[in-house]
Amino acid sequence: MLEVTDLECVRGNRTLFASVGFALRGGELLRAAGANGSGKTSLLRIVCGLLVPTRGEVRWRGSDIRSLREDYGRQLLYVGHANAVKDDLTASENLAVTCTLAGIPASGGQVRAALHRLGLAGCEKLPVRVLSQGQRRRLALARLALGGSVPLWVLDEPFTALDAAAVDCVQTLILEQLGRGAAVIFTTHQDQLAAAVTFCIDLDSRAR
Amino acid sequence: MLPAMRCVIHRDLLLALRRRADVMTMLLFFVIVASLFPLGVGPEPNLLRTIAPGVIWVAALLASMLSLTRMFSADYADGTLEQMLLSSAPLGAIVAAKVTAHWLISGLPLVLMAPVLALQYDLPRPLLEVLTLSLLLGTPVLSLIGAIGAALTLGVRGGGVLLALLVLPLYVPVLVIGAGTVDVAAAGLGAQPYFQLLGALLVVAAAFAPWAIAVALRISIE
Repeated sequence: MLEVTDLECVRGNRTLFASVGFALRGGELLRAAGANGSGKTSLLRIVCGLLVPTRGEVRWRGSDIRSLREDYGRQLLYVGHANAVKDDLTASENLAVTCTLAGIPASGGQVRAALHRLGLAGCEKLPVRVLSQGQRRRLALARLALGGSVPLWVLDEPFTALDAAAVDCVQTLILEQLGRGAAVIFTTHQDQLAAAVTFCIDLDSRAR
Repeated sequence: MLPAMRCVIHRDLLLALRRRADVMTMLLFFVIVASLFPLGVGPEPNLLRTIAPGVIWVAALLASMLSLTRMFSADYADGTLEQMLLSSAPLGAIVAAKVTAHWLISGLPLVLMAPVLALQYDLPRPLLEVLTLSLLLGTPVLSLIGAIGAALTLGVRGGGVLLALLVLPLYVPVLVIGAGTVDVAAAGLGAQPYFQLLGALLVVAAAFAPWAIAVALRISIE
């Protein structure tokens, strides 16, 4: 589904990585590994189309993602470093907005169920301002519970700031999604999902 | 496309409602700047009537500039802008929705308050209507042009000043035509051609600005 060929990324005169390539099929889980600053986030942003690579290209089902634009956006669910939640909105308002933007239809009941699944029951009507860091991360990841129909998930450090129960929950969500035949790319510094990883790209070995 | 636009407008209005201080600051700025001139210039009715359109237009222009820096910076900081770029709706449509919300929050209140402020300048009633209508057509253009500048200066240190330097010269045609509308109406000539010019500016800006803003945002977010 996703083919990445000969990627090179230069940030501020420094080559982060070169000649990175892989092909990801449905049901496969890719882990990008590497030390801090090795370019994991840059790789994920290139795969999403937020960053233009210095060289190489990313193709989705045969066509360049830059020509697909919002059609690619419909097939993609990206959870970045930043949680993309607004302090002044409530948890359920935030989730409803992110789902609408991503093109995932979600009724009020589904939004509530997703928040419950991530252990945010009782927080639906609270402004995000009063939530803790871990709860905000849970809220950002709650869209995974609604994004079952999206064929590609790109998750940047999904497990940071989460407690053991939430880590379990997110791992289950990812495994369920792989079972549905979707592809998932993620980064982590811990060893979650090690058994399920189809292949791992080590960016430290691709550095120049 | 449409649900995403409606959602963005609704979200921005909701955020403005929960952070009323931002809008109130801008409105108070407009009121104070427009009220300082009669106090400084003195109570000479003819002079006040002459300077009224220009002063109120400049005050509205500066007030709408105040809120420009906030237009994308909050969404940029918390990652929402990335989600907008990766949305299933075209970025141009989302940007158009954001500009619409910005105008509803910081343009429309200026239009509604302008006739009240113009009373301080002893502007006759028919001219009040012309002034309000000219602002109604002109302020959306200010929001559209300003949004291009806001998108270009996103994430730049000291972006606020740069934004003003970038955007103010581009505001000149709108200001000249907008204030000119009231002037020709005061001189007893028909203001119709000026309204048509303002309308043309609005149509051109509405057609091209969203596209320019989208391109600028894609560059800024890299």
